[in-house]
Order: sequence, then C-alpha cells, then structure tokens
Amino acid sequence: MSSGILVFCETDGGKLKKTALELLSKAATLGGEVSAVVIGGSVDGAEAGRHGAATVYTVNGDAFGAYSTDAWVKALAAVIAKVSPAVVLGAASPIGKDLFPRLGARIGAGAVTEVTDLSNVGGQVVARRPVYAGKVIATAKVKSAVGLFTVRPNSFAVNPTGGGAASVVAVDAGVSAADLKTQVVEVRKSAQATVDLTEADRIVSGGRSVKSVEGYDSVIRPLAAALRATPGASRAAVDAGYAPHSHQVGQTGKVVNPTLYIAVGISGAIQHLAGMRTSKVIVSINKDPEAPIFQHSSYGIVDDLFTICPALQREFEAVIG
Amino acid sequence: MKVGVLLKQVPASDTIIKINPDKTGVLTADVKWEINPYDEFALEAAIQLKDAGKATGVVVITVGGADAEARVRDALARGATEAIRVDDPALAGSDALGKARALAAAAKSAGVELIFAGKQAIDTDSAAVPGMVAELLGWPQVSVVTGFSVDGGKITAERNAGGGFIEVVSTSVPAVITCDKGLNTPRFANLKGIMAAKKIAIAAKSVADLGLSAGQVGAAGALVEESGLELPPPRPSGKIIQGATPEAKVKELVRLLRDEAKVI
Repeated sequence: MSSGILVFCETDGGKLKKTALELLSKAATLGGEVSAVVIGGSVDGAEAGRHGAATVYTVNGDAFGAYSTDAWVKALAAVIAKVSPAVVLGAASPIGKDLFPRLGARIGAGAVTEVTDLSNVGGQVVARRPVYAGKVIATAKVKSAVGLFTVRPNSFAVNPTGGGAASVVAVDAGVSAADLKTQVVEVRKSAQATVDLTEADRIVSGGRSVKSVEGYDSVIRPLAAALRATPGASRAAVDAGYAPHSHQVGQTGKVVNPTLYIAVGISGAIQHLAGMRTSKVIVSINKDPEAPIFQHSSYGIVDDLFTICPALQREFEAVIG
Repeated sequence: MKVGVLLKQVPASDTIIKINPDKTGVLTADVKWEINPYDEFALEAAIQLKDAGKATGVVVITVGGADAEARVRDALARGATEAIRVDDPALAGSDALGKARALAAAAKSAGVELIFAGKQAIDTDSAAVPGMVAELLGWPQVSVVTGFSVDGGKITAERNAGGGFIEVVSTSVPAVITCDKGLNTPRFANLKGIMAAKKIAIAAKSVADLGLSAGQVGAAGALVEESGLELPPPRPSGKIIQGATPEAKVKELVRLLRDEAKVI
C-alpha cells in the first residue's frame, strides 16, 4: 500500500535548494509521512528534518556526476520501489522537467507537471496548473498507486516546522556507467549567467522601449542588481537583439513565478503575460497609460523608463543596501 | 535514416479561450489553430538533415482529428516527406502517456531512427510527451536543445541546463531530441512545396493499426484525470502611482512594495 510523500530534492553544494524547502514545507501540510530523496549529492539531515522530512534517502556513485536522465530515472525508480510513497513531488526545474515524465512512463505512474497548487481533498492530492498560457486553470488528480507532480518554483512558502534531524539512508540503486546512454562532454557558463529565471524570486524585465543593448545594459541590469533580482526581457527586446534569448520571459521563453516582477517598457502582449502572470506582485513602468500590462499589474508608474529606472535604482540601493 | 517529427496543433497564442459548459474542455469552434511553435523548430531541424543528405525522409507524426490535417499539410509543404495522423475515437480522454503510446507506436511503424519534438506544447505546457515516447521506445533523450549535429549516427547536442549553464551532450541514434527556441529559424512553405505537398497522402491510422489496444489509450488508459477547467481568479485592480516628480513616484512605489505588498 502506497502512503506518504516523497520529495525529490535538488541540492547545491550540499545545501537543499530553495525549491526543495518549498516542496518539503508544502508536503508537511498535505498529510502523511514526508521523506526526501537526494540523488548525486550530499545532504544535511538537520536541514531536511527542520522542514518536515523524517528520512532522507540518498543515491550516489560513479554514475552520478553531471545530471543524466538514465541514472536519475533508475535511481528515483529504485527509491520509489523501496519507500512506496503515494505521492512524489519535484520542482518543475530543468532536471524535474526532464526526469518526471520519463519516470512516469517507466513505473506506470501518472505525472502532472508544472503545478502551481496542491491540496488534500478527501485524502487525495489534487493539483492545479495553468494551461492555455495561464488563461485557464486545470484541476487534475492521479489514478495510479503513485502520483508524480512537478511544481513551479516559488509556488509555496518555505516554512520550517522545527522537526528533529532526518535520518539519512543511502540506497544502492544499482546504477553503473553502462546505464548512461548520454554523456555530458562539456559544460559552459553562458556569458551573462545569473540565477535561473524560472527559480528567481525577483525579476526585472525590459521590453522594446529600452531601445538598444546599451539601454538594456545601462538601465535594466543595474536596476536588477540593486534589487538583487534576475534580469529578464520581452520577446520584442530579444528579437531586436537587446538581450540574449536565455533572458526571454514568455510563451517562447521562460515561464517564471517570482514574488516580485517589474516590467519595464513592456506593453503586455499575451505572449509575455503567458510567461509571468502568476507572479505575486507585478510592477509596470511604461509611458503609455493604455499599455495592457497595467491591467495585470499590482502597481504602475506611467512615465519615461529612462527617468524612472535610475531613480528607482538609487532608492532600492538605499533601502535594500 | 528516416527522421520523425512529433507535431501538435495548438490554439494560436492570441486566441480567446472559452471553457465549455460542463468545464471539461475548451470550445474549439472559433479557435484559430497553428503548429505548436516549438514543434516548428523540431520540423526545421529534421528538414535541414534531409537537405544535408543525412536523412532519407522526414515523417510528421500527430495525434488528432481531421481538423489537424491543415497543420500536417503545412509541415509537408515545408519539406516533410511523409505523415501519419493517429485518429481513433478510443483516444478521447488520453493523458500524456496515452498520447505518447500512440506516437511511439506510429514512430516505430514508420521506421524512424531519430525523433525531434518541441520541448513543450504551448496549450498544456506539460513537456511530458517526448520523454515518455523516449522511454516507451527505450531510446535516450536530450531535452531543451539549442544546438544539434549528427555524424555517422553520433549526436552532439547543446542543451540549456538551467542556471546559465549550457551542456554539450553526446549520444547516438536512435534518440529523442526536444527543441528549444534558438536551435534554428523555421522556414515558411513556398509555392513549390505547397504544390508538392498536395500529392502526399496523409496516412490516418487507428489504434489497432498501430498494434495498441483501446485500453492503453484514451480515458480508459489514463493515469491522470483532469477534473475541471476554470478561469483564473481576477487580479485585484492595481494602483497607478501618482506623484509630482519621478522621484516622488519612485519613493511611493518603494514604500508600497515594502509596507503594503511586503515583498522587499
């Protein structure tokens, strides 16, 4: 009989990532025992326990260097077979997106991806997720014994429950180098690498009105830096060459879910809204009072971005320090 | 080597979406359909291999009714050479795994050795089907690819690994590759292509034609059950910040972000 919740936790330098803490915090409210699994990394049982996990399962070995679909699917399937959870949660991160659908096909478990809310309805986990560019919210549940869910970063608050240290249990998943059909031969840091947009808690995005690469680099990037935010861009700005595609927020770019989203010189085309409409607080700066983005904003300033942004940057520097 | 392309038709991103009365789906009567934008990168990647003499044919594979034919025809006009449309009443209510079973079986029947797919479809944004197809076929997958080459069956792909990292991944055919923006610039169909595409028959296949049973697809085989659609809650109306000077507006915004929204 499957029971409890297993949280697939990503780590960074031996620390649980914020997405993992969000998922553990949410899992603790859904009912049932919470356990965690860390693949290809070390973990601090105290930190996992403080966020509600009773046990952390770890899988390591020679095959667990860079992320690979083959090693991770086999490892997570092995831990699921051992723990028999009713629910497995992971982040809708680059790894989670790659891993969970294939895992679902491997073990015959329903997978619901890109979830923004989870609740316990009569003992069953029910997921809500935006579809059709966020114009519609779909509700879904899983009929198989195990349900797999990937959750967009920043969907849930981090809430330490104050539990004691989790016990750490190493699992041998029997994964060897022979299982790997893909090899990472090189890893490059892209020129303007920052916090991944999809996981960013604060984002400052620039649109076509920044007018040039110089405009983007001299207005958007320093404003983002002052707020400790990640710089983003609209499709129009990317297509015009003002910012790289890796910065694009929207339907053919990244879907983001930050606490604070500042749209600078962005009109608010549906393709952009599709990527950021779940942001908790949206601020728009645009000199066109009719820009559609204002209808989706918590706060708006109707003014020239080249005047407002440097002033806002100074104010953030003073307040945030 | 024949190359397959998984293709989905989706509502154009500027389409107004209306939910049907029983809240189980959307009204499609007024929907303008287009090829999923990420599938266009997949199609272009396949056609480029054909143009370079590395692929002997490009097979477009879709799950959909007769209304999907126009999108398949567009793909043929751009340079695909064959098309399979899996169409069966038994597919109604399929989840991602059910659709993946149909697509994987169709790919196998067409004898393709390499599959390109969009990294996700912009209607459901699940990004689930390609990885499931790869698993069902037992092939490696490389997802969110922005650079690709294949030489003598050896694949080198660049993928966006998140956090500003680009991974260069090596694998070999057969494989499933999911495509991101930046991989290429999709072409439009030209008149010659449109005329040539008219002569190509689109093979409509049933679930039984592909060796699947009705219970493996559709609502009967679905492990995920969508229990309803609703409109998102309206955002509370926002505030336009007034002020005599830009500095006054900025100070008021920062005050609201700190004291009212409590986000800084």
